[in-house]
Amino acid sequence: MAGNEREPVLVLRGLRAGIGGVEILRGVDLTVHLGEVHAIMGPNGSGKSTLVNVLAGKPDYEVYAGEVYYRGRDLLSMPPDERAREGVFLAFQYPVELPGVRLREFLRAALDAVREHRGQEKLAVRDFNRLVQEKLREMGMDAEFLKRNVNEGFSGGEKKRHEIMQLLLLDPTLALLDETDSGLDIDALKVVAQGINRFRGPDKAVVLVTHYQRILNYVQPDYVHVLIDGRIVASGGRELAQELEAKGYEWLRQAAEAGRRD
Amino acid sequence: MPPARKVISRETGIEEKEYKWGFVIPVAADVAPKGLNEDIIRLISRKKEEPEWMLEWRLRAYRYWRSLGYVEPKWAKIHHPPIDFQDIVYYAAPLSRDGDRPKTLDDIDPELKRAFDKLGIPLEEQKRLAGVAVDAVLDSVSVATTFQKRLEELGIIFCPISEAIQKHPELVRKYLGSVVPYTDNFYAALNSAVFSDGTFVYVPPGVRCPMDLMTYFRINEAEAGQFERTLIIADRGSYVSYLEGCTAPIRKKHQLHAAVVELIALEDAEIKYSTLQNWYPGDKEGRGGVYNFVTKRGICLGKNSKISWTQVETGSAITWKYPSVILRGDNSVGEFYSVALVNNYQQADTGTKMVHMGKNTRSTIVAKGISAGHGQNTYRGLVKIMPTADGARNFTRCDSLLIGSKCAAHTVPYLEVRNPTARIEHEATTSKISDEQLFYLMSRGISEEEAQYMIVHGFCRGVFQELPFEFAMEVTQLLRVSLEGTVG
Repeated sequence: MAGNEREPVLVLRGLRAGIGGVEILRGVDLTVHLGEVHAIMGPNGSGKSTLVNVLAGKPDYEVYAGEVYYRGRDLLSMPPDERAREGVFLAFQYPVELPGVRLREFLRAALDAVREHRGQEKLAVRDFNRLVQEKLREMGMDAEFLKRNVNEGFSGGEKKRHEIMQLLLLDPTLALLDETDSGLDIDALKVVAQGINRFRGPDKAVVLVTHYQRILNYVQPDYVHVLIDGRIVASGGRELAQELEAKGYEWLRQAAEAGRRD
Repeated sequence: MPPARKVISRETGIEEKEYKWGFVIPVAADVAPKGLNEDIIRLISRKKEEPEWMLEWRLRAYRYWRSLGYVEPKWAKIHHPPIDFQDIVYYAAPLSRDGDRPKTLDDIDPELKRAFDKLGIPLEEQKRLAGVAVDAVLDSVSVATTFQKRLEELGIIFCPISEAIQKHPELVRKYLGSVVPYTDNFYAALNSAVFSDGTFVYVPPGVRCPMDLMTYFRINEAEAGQFERTLIIADRGSYVSYLEGCTAPIRKKHQLHAAVVELIALEDAEIKYSTLQNWYPGDKEGRGGVYNFVTKRGICLGKNSKISWTQVETGSAITWKYPSVILRGDNSVGEFYSVALVNNYQQADTGTKMVHMGKNTRSTIVAKGISAGHGQNTYRGLVKIMPTADGARNFTRCDSLLIGSKCAAHTVPYLEVRNPTARIEHEATTSKISDEQLFYLMSRGISEEEAQYMIVHGFCRGVFQELPFEFAMEVTQLLRVSLEGTVG
């Protein structure tokens, strides 16, 4: 990624993190610039979800060493709500149900929080309704969802579409997508991918975590990284994803282990 | 392994805001000496210019109360040092300029008007929310009642109970003590002896009361107890929605509030009774605060009648109350919707009794308990199906939410079924606010405090939606204030 003149939006240096004293990320380095889409691939248990959850500030995770800079600021010192207001968005692998919390209230509170932080005026009810309905429509969701409780009784596909709908509504700078493609049928996958592509732009960056190459047919990454045992063992362009699809992860694991023995 | 470093710190450093209703209203007051004896009761009765029968009733109640030997009920899950009933002032009245109850709204001490303005209860009618008539009760007396004329035109009586005793003795004599007799319990006996004011409502047959009626109770005097008495009668085919709000100044000593509320719904009548109870809860170490020992009961006397209690209990050091319904008339309906929130060292033991006597009577109980800090929250409920109550049905839902690890929630539901045709459902849950839920909201930019509020508000939704519009805004504010300092 050398030679990129654009602003690095996210810089990870030697990030070590885990949960309950067990190290999962064992020194991750990564630089993401505005305008880029990075796919993080890897087998189950390689630390992909840990990576994006640590970046979003999930309290269960512990950081043992390393640094993370978001737009030049120390990301790890910010509480998760501040990260979100600063423009970091995590699309959850397993979105959480909130009994009694109406989707409309939730979206309103979230949008008010980020807009206030950006120095934007609070939207009038009518403008808010128009905006939310537009975003719902883009993700193929009915306006009736607004009256429902957040994620309660949503199907797997509806939950994922709802995550991307929030991404479009809140319009952050950096999107962290945690296996947003998992459990989706091909039609839902296309809708979700369209949403991500709509979000992409010169002022945006995406870190997309996935187990399968499938979504990358619809969301074309600029860079592909392979995470194995908490380390990035290979980085490349789109062709790397295709190679993985053909050859699996084992050869990279072996190569990485061999490399470490040297 | 390198030393662990938490990704985020949960220390938000929120400073506990003061109880914003905690100011003292600077008005001159007529205060009786401390303590209770027959002379004090005669004094109260004389101050109120009561007829002889009322004094006799009070004295009978007092003698019964004395026979209980100062022994308070002990069965509830609440703890407090013994109350010295001789160390309480039983009568305190703000002095108006001519020494009597103000005759019109213009006669009210401006200081008092300002104070009620500050509490969000403007006494000037033109300032009031359209559609709510207010009776303002300060310590022992009613200081103002709005919209009386408009209600009078419809035959609705909405006045201080002291006035009703003089002007409508036939109604008061017939119904006072008919639902909660003075022998009912210790505090009901005490209240019957010393109650000094409260609200009286009578809605004539077939009249749908066009506005919500509201009483705003305020304890002001430092050593005063508040013992108000409310009596609401909905005659055949009538409807009334009644709201009650309560606050008190910050006082280092505990203050006693022992009210009695009686509701009577005749055939086809409906009473909707909503409470926002926000008496001073004490400080975060548990010093001071109101002891709220209240007996509330309604009777569905006629067939097809309905009584609905909705309460949001966030205040008081101790809350002890069980708004109940006796379902006497066939097809009558009783409802109880409750949110009880305890924080710091607050204790609440609250719930309801639904006593089914008539055929096809139905009752619904939805109780939401929230415990934070060192709070102790108990739901105590009784569903009693009498042998006469063929086809009776009850649905009970009882949910507890815990915030933090030093609080507790207890559930004590009693079911007493003496008719085999009855159908009873009981659902109960206990949960904690999960870190997953908080993180989900916070990852959208919502602050931790707001996230917690949203989760609690969602938890209470089933009850809040029963509140009349006028209370809906206030309740959200109250919930925020009551949850302050629980994050972390």
